[in-house]
Amino acid sequence: MGSGGSGGSGSFGSRPWLVPNLLLFGRVLRAAGVHVHRERMVDAIHATEWVGVKSRADLRATLCALLVHRHDDLPLFNEAFDLFFRAHGASELHMPLFSLGERARVVTRRDAGAPHRLDVEEPSADPAAAAAFALGAYSTVEVSRTRDFADFTATELEGARRLLLRLRWEPGIRRTRRWERSLRGDIDMPRLLRKNVMRGGELIELPRRVRREAPRPIVLLADVSGSMDRYSRMLLAFASGLTRSARHVESFVFATRLTRVSRYVAATGGHRVVSRMVRDLHDWGGGTRIGEALRTFNTTWARRVMRHGPVVLIVSDGWDRGDPELLGRELARVRRRCSRLIWLNPLLGSASYEPLTRGMQAALAHIDDFLPAHNLKSIEDLAHHLRHGITQHL
Amino acid sequence: MSRAPLSLPASVDALQDALAGERYIAERGLAVPIYLALKLRRPLFLEGEAGVGKTEVAKVLAAALKTTLIRLQCYEGLDVSQAVYEWNYPRQLLEIRMIEVATDLDRTAVTRELFTEAFLVKRPLLRAIEETRERAPVLLIDEIDRADEEFEGYLLEFLSDFQVTIPELGTIRAAEPPIVIITSNRTREVHDALKRRCVYSWIPYPSFEKELRIVSSKVPGASERLAHQVTAFVQELRTADLYKAAGISETLDWAAALVALDRDVLDADVIHETLGILLKNQEDIDSIRGERVSTILARALA
Repeated sequence: MGSGGSGGSGSFGSRPWLVPNLLLFGRVLRAAGVHVHRERMVDAIHATEWVGVKSRADLRATLCALLVHRHDDLPLFNEAFDLFFRAHGASELHMPLFSLGERARVVTRRDAGAPHRLDVEEPSADPAAAAAFALGAYSTVEVSRTRDFADFTATELEGARRLLLRLRWEPGIRRTRRWERSLRGDIDMPRLLRKNVMRGGELIELPRRVRREAPRPIVLLADVSGSMDRYSRMLLAFASGLTRSARHVESFVFATRLTRVSRYVAATGGHRVVSRMVRDLHDWGGGTRIGEALRTFNTTWARRVMRHGPVVLIVSDGWDRGDPELLGRELARVRRRCSRLIWLNPLLGSASYEPLTRGMQAALAHIDDFLPAHNLKSIEDLAHHLRHGITQHL
Repeated sequence: MSRAPLSLPASVDALQDALAGERYIAERGLAVPIYLALKLRRPLFLEGEAGVGKTEVAKVLAAALKTTLIRLQCYEGLDVSQAVYEWNYPRQLLEIRMIEVATDLDRTAVTRELFTEAFLVKRPLLRAIEETRERAPVLLIDEIDRADEEFEGYLLEFLSDFQVTIPELGTIRAAEPPIVIITSNRTREVHDALKRRCVYSWIPYPSFEKELRIVSSKVPGASERLAHQVTAFVQELRTADLYKAAGISETLDWAAALVALDRDVLDADVIHETLGILLKNQEDIDSIRGERVSTILARALA
């Protein structure tokens, strides 16, 4: 192999420690949660020969180019790399540096490395007020279908969770730009020729085509602040059910800041997911700043998840500690980019509830549907509404 | 026709020099992945925000390797007829009419000729394969994130065997794999199966030093002072909380505009007049206008 390059090269024979170290590094990466594929390890080993291992920057670039294929994994890679090749001069990587203790650190530091640690606010004042509203929200006569989630016992919660996971979701359809064959629609000229010319140019078949239709994506933005605490378990089951049933669902949770949880929610198993999420998000149960959360959504995520006219579901009681003006502005921006904006408010289940909070007032001007989400029936109604109500509206 | 094989750079340094020869500044973090993609003959997957110079990599690489650049711009609904080939049916229809007018022609023989290369419209992927008969081209598959998953599936197949089958003509194979560069603005996550085949590189916004070098080399009319100030301002602006940050091309356009206005130094007024070149989002422009321009300018000039 022609090699050379800045770092020089050599056969593996002269650096017997290199291959075991690289393999070990691959294992560190895997342990840290980076998906490393075996074939890529082989490439990486060859590549270190070509690029050389004299320069640490080159080694980093080489391994990164071959072992990482996701932007999200880059910080993890860099951290693992620094840790693994730490304390050794740029020139030589003598011996295995890896120990179990170091592996654990790679994993735990993933959270600690998060850009801003949360200052969790005292959630006492708001939820107390919220509870006063929500407590009157159920009628004791009915069975669990119309009973407020907040009042469920543990068994009922589990039952409701299972029901939510099974619910069918069809968030309306959109027309894609891809063609498909059909009995009606425009005449498919290229196919018309292919099919008929061989028969001497007589038009025997008249193939037609239409634009294919596809379900709309769903974007879920769920409030997990202190005042929503009693609903959060159901919210998660709702999100999981949605993710399993509809094809393109993106989920986010927010209190004071916004976190994408699509991957957590897609994972099966309810309780474990909750506990893992609560552990990973410092935010759970804090105060709410909806406007700021939406701002983050609009600046960093909207470009990536607001494609193809999605239906946006915001689940929140509207108890907002942030600036209502900001909330209104950012919500208007969300509305411009989606096909339908639905706000689900658990408090709306209460007959006496009125959206008086300043945040909720600011939001009302921009949302298409303002619906309750406090019991099973309201969630089923929502599914029905999406299935039948939306397609005509658009 | 004799094949002229590509001469690939012998080392990362040689590659950096070759790119520099095309006035493209590639630091190690980018040069190493490009080098590896060439060496392994795997597609290079470039990801990064819009306007960091991903497409430019393909252009300068083609120039540096002295080969052709074939570009496929992706969009939703992109299908085989736009990406690979399509029969030119208007011409085929005309041909049929001509056959009908002429009386003494053998109809079956002529209709069979309707499906020959003369009526074939070759799209970028097919052209890239055919081009390899002379010399491997650089095939740029731009903004893959705009295409839908169906196309991604097709591309996966295409990248594994570099051949195209046209039922009426047969299978066309590449003499050697073309040099493939795939870019993505990450408006959606491209499937892992595709990325796994590629050498991956994330291109960040350029550092101050790098952007200054780019401005100086691409906008020669700008004085050293102006280039410095423009770069500093844009760098500072990128840290502001905006919906859409300015890319390198915006920096270059802005610098060129200031040169056209005979400006040698930045001030708040001229920034206000030309802000639309730098930011393309009205809400961003509104939020920066006024006080914040002065603040950012002050920080940039500090």
